[in-house]
Parts: sequence; C-alpha cells; structure tokens
Amino acid sequence: MKLLRTLTLMFAAVVVLGGLAWAEFRFPMPEFESGYEYPEMHTPPPGRTNDLWDVVLLTCALGLAAWFVLKRRSRPAVLGLTVCSLAYFGFWREGCVCPVGSIQNVAEGVLGLEVVSIAVVCFFLLPLVFALFFGRVFCAAVCPLGALQEVVAVRPVILPRAVDGVLGIVPYLYLGLTILAVATGSGYLICQYDPFVGFFRFGASLNMFLAGGVLLVTGLFIGRPYCRFLCPYGVLLGWMSRFSKWHASITPRECIQCRLCEEACPYGAINVPTPDKAPLTAKEGARKLGVILALAPVIVALGACTGLLSHTMLARIHPTVQLAQRIAGEEAGRYQGMTIESEAFRAGVQTKEELYAEAHAVRADFKWKSAVFGGFLGLVLAAMLASLSMAGRRDDYETDRQACVSCARCFPYCPVEKDEGAVAEQKT
Amino acid sequence: MSAGNTIRRRDFMRAAAALGVGGALWKAAAPAAGATVWQIDPQKCVQCGRCATECVLSPSAVKCVHSYQICGYCDLCGGYLQPSARERDTGAENELCPVSAITRTFIEDPFFQYTIDEALCVGCGKCVKGCALFGNGSLYLQVKQDLCVHCNECAIAKACPGDAYRRIPAEQAYLLKARPAGGSGQE
Repeated sequence: MKLLRTLTLMFAAVVVLGGLAWAEFRFPMPEFESGYEYPEMHTPPPGRTNDLWDVVLLTCALGLAAWFVLKRRSRPAVLGLTVCSLAYFGFWREGCVCPVGSIQNVAEGVLGLEVVSIAVVCFFLLPLVFALFFGRVFCAAVCPLGALQEVVAVRPVILPRAVDGVLGIVPYLYLGLTILAVATGSGYLICQYDPFVGFFRFGASLNMFLAGGVLLVTGLFIGRPYCRFLCPYGVLLGWMSRFSKWHASITPRECIQCRLCEEACPYGAINVPTPDKAPLTAKEGARKLGVILALAPVIVALGACTGLLSHTMLARIHPTVQLAQRIAGEEAGRYQGMTIESEAFRAGVQTKEELYAEAHAVRADFKWKSAVFGGFLGLVLAAMLASLSMAGRRDDYETDRQACVSCARCFPYCPVEKDEGAVAEQKT
Repeated sequence: MSAGNTIRRRDFMRAAAALGVGGALWKAAAPAAGATVWQIDPQKCVQCGRCATECVLSPSAVKCVHSYQICGYCDLCGGYLQPSARERDTGAENELCPVSAITRTFIEDPFFQYTIDEALCVGCGKCVKGCALFGNGSLYLQVKQDLCVHCNECAIAKACPGDAYRRIPAEQAYLLKARPAGGSGQE
C-alpha cells in the first residue's frame, strides 16, 4: 500500500514537472468502446526463498559427517556424503545457500548495515558450532566448494611446509578484505569471486570459468587449493576446530610411530613427531614469550600504518570511487569514449562535484577501516610467528587441528586401524 | 606444562569462542527479518542492456513486463517499432525487439495491444528504451521471481550503472508502475 502511495506521488510529481526528468504519460490512456478488459500482468511469486528446509538438511549433513568421521571412521562413507552434498548444495541448490558467503551477510548484520534472516544466521553458525565440537566436518563432507575439490584431488603432492605456511596467510587477507568491503558498502567479494558457482549453474562469465578451471586443474595435484589458500570461512572454522572438543585422530588408539601415515595427508595437516626437540626451560620460554609479547604490538602497529597508507588504493574496490575516477579521467581526456557507467551518470541528475564529494567521503570512510584491516593482518602475522617459535615437543603423529578438514583420508593408512576388527573379535 | 593445564586452556578458549560467536550473532540476528528478493526499480533503470548479459542464468531472469493500465495502445509504438520503420506492421525488419517477443494485436480503431511473450524475452530492454523515449513508459524490466535463483549478491545488481537493483520483501516481490490517481493520466 505504501509502495502504491509512493508511486502515485511520484507520478503526480512527474505530471506536475511536465515530465522533464522522466518523460512519461505523453499519451492519454484510451477509453475503449468495445468492452475491452485489461489483461492480467504476469507476476509469479518467488519460487524458493524459504531456506529453513536447507537449514534442516545442513544440520543433518553435518551430524552425519561428524558421525562418519569420529565414530564410524569410514573414508568411503565420508566420500559418499561428500558426493551427496555436492549434488544437493552444489548442483541442485546451485551453490547459493552457502555458509562461506554468509560471512558477509552476518558481518553486515553485526555492523548494523542490514538485517539478517534467521536462516542465514543458522547457515553461518551451524558449521562453526559443529567445528567447535567435532572439527571441520563441514569442510570434510558438506561444503559444495570443498566437495568439488575433494573429488578431483586424485594425484595430490605434498607441498613443502614453508610454502604451505606462506600461502596460508592469503585466507586471512581475503577474510579481512571481505569484511572491509562489507563495512564500506563495496559489495560482496566472496560472491563476486566464487570460482565454482559457474560449474554448479552450468553457466558463468569466461573469467569465472577460467578461475574455476585453473583451481580445479591445480586441485588434481595440490589438494583443495581454494580451501587451503583462499577460503575465508576456513579461517573461522580453523579457529573453532583448534579448540574443538573432539577431533578426528589418525589412529583410533595408541600411535605406534610406524610412519605409514606420514604422506597420507594431501592437505599438509599431519604434524610429524619432533622427539629430538628439547623442551624449553622455564627461563627460555619466558624470554621467548616476552620477545613475542613485545614484538606483537609493533607488528600490529606496522600493519595498521600500512593499511592507513594504502587506504586510497583499497578504496578502489568501491564502485563510487571507480566511477569518480573514470569521470575524472574522461574529463582530463585520459580515456576515449564512455563506459556504460559513465554514460548513465551523465544522463542522471547527479553533478560531477557531488560525485567527487561522495567518492571523497568514501575514501575518508576507508581510512580507519583500512587501518583496522592492516592491524588485523599484523595480528595474524604476529600470531603465526609466535606459534612457529613456541612449537613444543611432539611424540606422535597428530592431525593439525586447525588445518585438518577431517576428510578421513589418513584413516586407512594406519595399521592400528586395520587391527580393529581383530581386536574386536578378541574381546568377544 | 601439564596435560591438565592444556585442557583447561582449551576449555577456556572454547568458551571464549562460543561467547564471541554467540554475542556477535545475538547482535546480528533480527528475528523479524523475512526473506527478501532482488528487484529492479523501474524509476532508476537506464536501459543499458546489462540485465540480458550479466545474469547468472541464460537467458536472464529479467523480463520485460507491460503495465497495460498506463499504456497508450498507440498504433505508432516506440517500444514495438524501429525508429526507422517504414511500415507499422509485424514485419521483422520493422520490429525493435531482436527476438520478436512482442505481439501486436488490433483491439479497436486506433488502438493496438502489445503483449510480451515471456518465453522469448531476453530482458535486453530495447523496447523499454523505446517506450520511455517515445511513449508512456508502460514497458519496463522486472526480475521474474519464479526464474530468479536469488543469488546472495545479484550479478546484475553489481553491474547495474543506474543502481536500480535492491532487495525487497518477498511477499511484495515486484515494483510495478501503476495508473496515476484520477483516471486516465495527462489530460
């Protein structure tokens, strides 16, 4: 009703202004004599917006995944569930009920820019809660992006630790940029650069297919490149999984140090024992901790400064800034012709000065938000350095709780596992 | 560091993580927020043609709709005929629509009804431009909600130069033009 009133008012305004800005109603509406009746307009209701059913399915899938990984310890079962998730969340739902992307909606909600529906919050929350209890079972068998890469990882090679570690910073960068983009109203980066959604829908731009294709081909040899070196949601899941109550372990019982699982993990998530490493003495540990604690604020401050200094560059992700730059460039004769955006701008009512002022305001808005983004990256860097230097002694082969996606690939490698049946028989 | 200590720290961190996530969501979640859908504000549309090319679907979920109530039923229709058309007939060389999705039907002298064949329409907006330039603006683009897959971020919205896309409540999923109050328009 309100809409109708607004529209009516708008029409009245148009008529009063003589239709300068929006010329319409040039011709009177005919008065028919033949008893003609206006046909109905075809405005079908939304096909599917109620995601509650998907929330139920997601919960079931997560529960099953946790059961398969932790209780059944069955790789074939996990793989089966992976394929089902790929079929449903990927191809049937076309990759757009997605906890990865929900980060952005939730961030908008937390920042008070948008209201978020309960279904979206559930989608964001459920995998995290499950990770807090069972590890990253969402990555293992539910996430369609992970599933697609899981099924193509046929000849995975193990990357050197250093490469793994350095590339592992990229997801933090992506997460930070995503939040920065949401906070400044620059759009949803994760959705714009989703590499696989084009496959799920059997249609996308060439760039999207190229990016997805490169990742999939890489994924044949380097397991789950998106999950490990890009996925921003993986960062959050990793944090949760690190403190998970239960977690997949390579061996069901005691590790016998047989080294058979050493090369089992294509995702570099198995920590090898370091029995030779002498434990730190209290004094050494205290000194190291002191250095780290003293260095951390410096690194964070450096990051924040870098962020602040690069805020004009970062502001270029905002469409208004892009348009202002384009218009300024056209005015200065740096570009030939017009883009659709600049054409639409010139046809509109906004003046150049207003646009420049708006872009200036956006840049100013980026200032301290870029600093926070830089500070966050600094903090991540500091935490990584700390964890590198504080790593203690390890006696057994263990999963790296943060990096492990609970895919169960390592289970069959463990000879203790194979004994399970025999042990069970002995017991009876 | 004893095993007991480690576990206690882990418990603490777990509780802290749960608190953090819970607190953030308590702030984020709005129980009243219903489902929303993408829609085009016809007042902001600049008929750039990107609706036909940017949608993740092919053909696009955007189609032309016709508000019959505000149509002039003109014989010389700016949305139907090429500006350079020699004849006012259904010849393909005279039609503006590249896929011939508009049907022209004689009603009574001198009025013609124009109907969009949605199965053919690609949402290019050529007729919308013609109607806005020479007619009443009764032809305009809308997202057909039965076709739309409701992307989290609409690919067309991202590319729209007029900033015409926005999310609206799913119960009222169209932004339709209506006949102005007082009957038959500009008289």
